[in-house]
Amino acid sequence: MSANDLKTMLSPEAIKKIDLWIGKYPTERKRSAIIPVLTIVQDELGHLSREAMDASADYLEIPRIAAYEVATFYSMFRLEPGGKHVVSLCTNVSCMMAGSEALKKWFKDELGIEPGQTSEDGRISLKEVECMAACGGAPMLEVDKQYHENLTVEKMADLIRDLN
Amino acid sequence: MISIEVDGRKIEAEEGSMIIEVADANGITIPRFCYHKKLSIAANCRMCLVEVDGVRKPLPACATPISDGMVVKTGSNMAQDGQKSVMEFLLINHPLDCPICDQGGECELQDLAMGYGRDVSRFCEGKRAVVDKNIGPLIETDMTRCIHCTRCVRFGREIAGIREMGATGRGEHMEITTFIEKSVDSEVSGNIIDLCPVGALTAKPSRYRARAWEMTQYDSVSPHDCIGANLHVHTHRNQVIRVVPKDNEAVNEVWLSDRDRYSYEAVTMPDNDNRRLLEPMMRVNGEWQTADWETALEKVASKLNMIVQTDGAEHIGAISSASATTEEMYLLQKLIRGLGSNNVDHRIRISDYSMQGNESLFPELSIELSELEALDACLLVGSDLRKDQPLAALRVRKATRHGQIATINARKIYNNFNVLHEIEATPDDWLQQVAGVAKYLLDQAMAAEGVSADSLGYEGLDELLKDSKVEQAHINIAKMLTKAEKKGVVLGLGALEFNHSAALRMLCRAIAGLSGATFGIMTHGGNSAGAYLAGAIPHRGPGGADVEEGGQTAQQMLNDGKKAFILLKTEIGKEAVHAEQAKSSLKASEFVVALSSYNDDEAFEYADIILPIASFLETPGSYVNVNGHWQDFNACVSAPGQVKPAWKVLRVMGNLLDLKNFDYVSAQDVMQEVKGRMGAVGDRIKARWQCPESLPTEGHCPEPLNIYQVDCWTRRSKALQKTALAKGEEDLKRPKLSPFHNILGGV
Repeated sequence: MSANDLKTMLSPEAIKKIDLWIGKYPTERKRSAIIPVLTIVQDELGHLSREAMDASADYLEIPRIAAYEVATFYSMFRLEPGGKHVVSLCTNVSCMMAGSEALKKWFKDELGIEPGQTSEDGRISLKEVECMAACGGAPMLEVDKQYHENLTVEKMADLIRDLN
Repeated sequence: MISIEVDGRKIEAEEGSMIIEVADANGITIPRFCYHKKLSIAANCRMCLVEVDGVRKPLPACATPISDGMVVKTGSNMAQDGQKSVMEFLLINHPLDCPICDQGGECELQDLAMGYGRDVSRFCEGKRAVVDKNIGPLIETDMTRCIHCTRCVRFGREIAGIREMGATGRGEHMEITTFIEKSVDSEVSGNIIDLCPVGALTAKPSRYRARAWEMTQYDSVSPHDCIGANLHVHTHRNQVIRVVPKDNEAVNEVWLSDRDRYSYEAVTMPDNDNRRLLEPMMRVNGEWQTADWETALEKVASKLNMIVQTDGAEHIGAISSASATTEEMYLLQKLIRGLGSNNVDHRIRISDYSMQGNESLFPELSIELSELEALDACLLVGSDLRKDQPLAALRVRKATRHGQIATINARKIYNNFNVLHEIEATPDDWLQQVAGVAKYLLDQAMAAEGVSADSLGYEGLDELLKDSKVEQAHINIAKMLTKAEKKGVVLGLGALEFNHSAALRMLCRAIAGLSGATFGIMTHGGNSAGAYLAGAIPHRGPGGADVEEGGQTAQQMLNDGKKAFILLKTEIGKEAVHAEQAKSSLKASEFVVALSSYNDDEAFEYADIILPIASFLETPGSYVNVNGHWQDFNACVSAPGQVKPAWKVLRVMGNLLDLKNFDYVSAQDVMQEVKGRMGAVGDRIKARWQCPESLPTEGHCPEPLNIYQVDCWTRRSKALQKTALAKGEEDLKRPKLSPFHNILGGV
């Protein structure tokens, strides 16, 4: 595998964005750009496959395991292809106390999915995440990149049903 | 120096050191898991919490630098509470499988749990379990036992220079893993077994073989490279169970290469598929038959005597492995010289012997191994350190933290350290590339001093280099050397095997001399230095004594063919640079006697008598490493069957041939005699400059030996043979490690 693989996987615009990020760090510390690079790769490809992580690591000239570490550490990175929309539900202390368990149950009852699963129609993937720093609006969840706060089961049900 | 107080003791210590270093240096025990003196500080296990006066929380001793007047309490209530709480957390998920764990009895977690653990756990939740990984034939994993100290991860990143392990996931889901199904391919990977404080990483070949407390520990020395790594050999019921490093800062630090660690498999009977040769073998009418020692040795003696009388002693040749012990080589040369010939050699991987008279007493590094890591500039010529002397590569890698490395090689070499200036020559223009550097340095020196090459001590060099071209790449390397304070030029195995190695050696010697660098050679096998000192070379006797001219080198003997050959621990067809030719020469020979440990030795193709000799770890002896350090050792296990140590076999051969002074009682007697011959050396033998006659523009580099094919033992280690390195399947592309990866705190 070579650094060129990423170029064949992604659009020229994405590569341009990646190079912009790499340019922000000293040349011998390209490694620092790993999070933006993986983010751009995921935006483009939908999820981070083994090949995509390998290509990103090679592009940055870092050990591949370093890319795997980062990709597995952060909950915003997806290693498996998921549904059309990714719903990240916070179940940390504040949200839990404000009722996130009920929200989680709704997914089970209505869509038949638990955290880590994708609905049958491929529309929704549910993820259980740790605190996303929006405790003031607990309970909260994130749809793709949009936060939704001060939820009730009804509010959330409308929101999720309207996703397509 | 500042003074601090630890547990009521006043201690003077270097400013900037960590509490744990000061405590370790003064024999004060602080428990720890993630801290290791050779690795960067992670401070992630928190086991080393101590109380520091004036600080309201316990502090990790590994990551707290000392300050003047600091008062540290390692055993106060606060410290102990902290340590016990950490231990309680570590034990939440650690399985209670000590009875079936190979680490049991030598486990850091087990030991510390005795002191800091509770008798009963307060946690009734289920323990987490982690799927075991298959990371290759050398290391067994049991990842449920892992306590995430990350020593193995840091070792790969900082020491080995290839990051194969990592910590994926986070929190409860964190795992130490390669993430993808992949073997750990580093040539020093086995060290993570020693580093692992628990039983998560253990040695695969010795799994379930013996408990730590049942084994007996012996000291020995590794025969596979010229480093001479110090070994602790663990045996049980006269079987070698495993090999671990013996700390020696001057030689192997705390590390071993995988070759040093796993080659013992070739010695132990069940591990090597009973490939040991147990009885003397004789070829009678073309059929191999077993024989007793008396018959076999008498046959050898009478045959050799006959050849001496009918054809002359010069028709007998002796060739030794470069990894035989000094004593064995000394007796071999004494035997052959006693018969009246100087045809004895160990240099089967050298194809150019010219100017051998101008070599130093023995090929040496001329700086201590530990000084390698202090070099500001180092030029490596024809050296694949990572494969040839893996532990030296770790030292050079350390040098790259502050220093610069340049290489001039005739093939692509993948190092585990960053190289600043790399010249990849072809065998044909290798000499010219080196000459370019020499020429630039010579021109500079002549201009600066206003003198000729002759008066600089390099007679004829200007004439030799007059057509050489100086390119920018050459100037870069030359300047790198001249600018640096501590600098060295090191020749590797590739340079020695080159067909114009003498000219290459002289040019490099000139580069070193003109730039003020030290000049060193990394040699073949574990005992090249010992071979030179013992006189297992045709042009010099023991201790460099003068001998009559006309002794033939290994290559001459094999080219010309001999009536009789004596082979010691070597399979020429697998080891020599001109293997095929060598083998046919042996086949054509009238009488070949081989001293070998194996019943599948290549000698069965061409020998007439094969004598079963003790393998390494079964014989006493000594190796001399590339620094000239004389390291002796005793047998760790006794040899099986009728097998005898080679020094005894050679001794009896000497007796049967009626040679004088062959009455040694022990290997130590032999060593004393060799050492006695050293006294007369003085300054008589020194490396001298001799101008090569020309710089040929054609060259040939023999194919290098695989890292696990270098001697009869590595070749027969089953585990090593299963590795990607042995199969030539390793992933050569090594990601560049940023300088960040070289930074080590505290060391």
